[in-house]
Amino acid sequence: MIRIISILAGVFFTFALLISFSKGAYSYVSEPPAATAANVYHKEPKELELASNGPFGKFDRQQVQRGFQVYTEVCSNCHMLHQVAFRDLKTLGYNDDEVKAIAAKLKIPHYDAKTGEVKTVSGMPTDHFPPVVYGGQGSPPDLSLITKAREGGPAYVYSLLTGYEKQSGDMLAKFPDAKTPDGLYYNPYFANLNIAMPPPLTSDGQVTYKDGTKPTVDQMARDVAAFLVWTAEPKLENRHQAGFAVLGFLIFATILAYMAYQNVWAGKKH
Amino acid sequence: MSFPWAQTYKPTNPLMVWVDEKLPLPRFVYNAVGAGYPVPRNLNYAWNFGVLAGFCLMIQIVTGVVLAMHYASNAGMAFDSVEHIMRDVNYGWMLRYAHSNGASAFFAVVYIHIFRGFFYGSYKPPREMIWLLGVVIFLLMMATAFMGYVLPWGQMSFWGAQVITGLFSAFPLVGTAIHTWLLGGFAPGDAALNRFFSLHFLLPFVILGVVILHIWSLHIPGSSNPTGVEVKSESDTVPFHPYYTAKDGFGLGVFLILYCAVVFFAPNQFGHPDNYIVANPMQTPAHIVPEWYFWPFYAILRAFTQDFFIIPAKLMGVLAMFSSILVWFFLPWLDRSPVRSGNYRPLHRKFFWVLVADVAVLGYCGGAPAREPYVMISQIAAIYYFLHFLVILPLVSSLEKPEPLPFSITESVLGTDDYTARDLHAAPGLHASPAA
Repeated sequence: MIRIISILAGVFFTFALLISFSKGAYSYVSEPPAATAANVYHKEPKELELASNGPFGKFDRQQVQRGFQVYTEVCSNCHMLHQVAFRDLKTLGYNDDEVKAIAAKLKIPHYDAKTGEVKTVSGMPTDHFPPVVYGGQGSPPDLSLITKAREGGPAYVYSLLTGYEKQSGDMLAKFPDAKTPDGLYYNPYFANLNIAMPPPLTSDGQVTYKDGTKPTVDQMARDVAAFLVWTAEPKLENRHQAGFAVLGFLIFATILAYMAYQNVWAGKKH
Repeated sequence: MSFPWAQTYKPTNPLMVWVDEKLPLPRFVYNAVGAGYPVPRNLNYAWNFGVLAGFCLMIQIVTGVVLAMHYASNAGMAFDSVEHIMRDVNYGWMLRYAHSNGASAFFAVVYIHIFRGFFYGSYKPPREMIWLLGVVIFLLMMATAFMGYVLPWGQMSFWGAQVITGLFSAFPLVGTAIHTWLLGGFAPGDAALNRFFSLHFLLPFVILGVVILHIWSLHIPGSSNPTGVEVKSESDTVPFHPYYTAKDGFGLGVFLILYCAVVFFAPNQFGHPDNYIVANPMQTPAHIVPEWYFWPFYAILRAFTQDFFIIPAKLMGVLAMFSSILVWFFLPWLDRSPVRSGNYRPLHRKFFWVLVADVAVLGYCGGAPAREPYVMISQIAAIYYFLHFLVILPLVSSLEKPEPLPFSITESVLGTDDYTARDLHAAPGLHASPAA
């Protein structure tokens, strides 16, 4: 009885699936899906080697500090860093006074408990990076987690920043609809190819690095990507350190557990 | 199972004698997992996964309770509270990654545990109850994991909630009402998030209760074994402690190495980057997919693209997705073979491996965009999935010619069995007649 019902149920689902399959197969064969410009011309991120890559990754504090400088002078005009507090910068090597100075340069909206108004005051180390008022096209995403929020992580950010180019005539010939609309910019590393962000790093020397490193567009992009890995994952080094300690212990303990297991079962055929 | 040769708990320490008279909990533990519980001697590593699953549940409960001390379930604060945990709470990053990867580990372990059941016929009499309780545990796990994933209130959290709660509106007549009632609104929002947090905290303890029933009902007939031949005599078994406490300890060590390697060195490997973007009801992600452990079922859901007479495609998908798990409830009655273990069922064995490949294909398609050729592939794979449980298994179990079984576990391990009385009435349960 159960078997009759089950065979009927099996036939029911199979039949429904075959109808869906045949309709899908027919339309796939009769009108194959057209290639879109995005499928054809989208590029995978370039390789980016950072000190934080891999299981032995650590932050290159010099590089991250340079990246912070690029963020402050270029990106912070449009992009927020809401999750990061000024005091977090201490782990990058800035001392208390430097952190206070960085915070004080920025204006943070504070709620005044006495009057109930929101006032703008100079930042304190306990504050987070302030909201950014942006009036242009599109909505610039918050950058705190951007390297974890995009497929490809820091390599994607680096490729995007250095990837602006002109649309090829070849592409315009094949996909005339993919011509970059006004107000957007062509960047093949962006999923839809046309991004609302104008190229932020336009020329070498846009930022003057305090440590004297040559500020080429490529260098600035690498440095800001390294900085953004830190903003997304400030505990990366702690995590790796703890990981080695934990795995070291576990490997040792598992070897002992294996020896105990062999000892218990010695002589007992199984 | 109280096999007659089971060792008895005999405390010598006067304190333990006193405790035993007032509250026989140590005696209970001794009889459940100690030297008082005889277990077949020939269990292989596939039998480690039940204990590992219980361990994963413990990890999830411990990390979850501590995370709940710092998490805010209000829609305006949830995402930031998770980042607060990651950045400011001492070892918060460890708790969070342990919990999110713990869910993946829990499902990986449970899938292996379930497939062990498929192969070795663990669902067959007298163990049907264990199997049914197990399917209930799996359904509770799915509900818990789904709600847990909504809590960080990222893009995938919100849109995944939108898709899955939207399925309830597929039911005719009552669908929309149920949908609104479940969500506390017309779309996932603050109301939904708060109730999901409450239920996500509750359900693991319900799972814990069902796990206790699951283990209790296992201890009535005792464990099965790779030959599928029931225990007949003392030489077939070893006491759980120290034999399987030692083996499970080693298995646990291997599991923890793999789990900690992921937690500490690749914690976002199994996640989706979009969940690091705050939920935005105005912006739909390019591809909405659940976590990997739901992919096979997601593929079955999306495989139904055409209406089936009066049943709309959406409802067909929902029915099929739920049915794909509900068929497991009927397995003890669909599979009528008198032989338990796939080791002695050549045809069943082959179809088992086809099922494994099929589920892997469904899983891959579930994580892929809902485009051709993935949709067509998932349709074929879904056809095989339903045919496997509903048509192939019943037919194969009646028609196949099984290989001859060993007389006893002892015979399969030692080659001969001089210990067991050749009295068939000594041990009830499924077994073939000895070669005579």
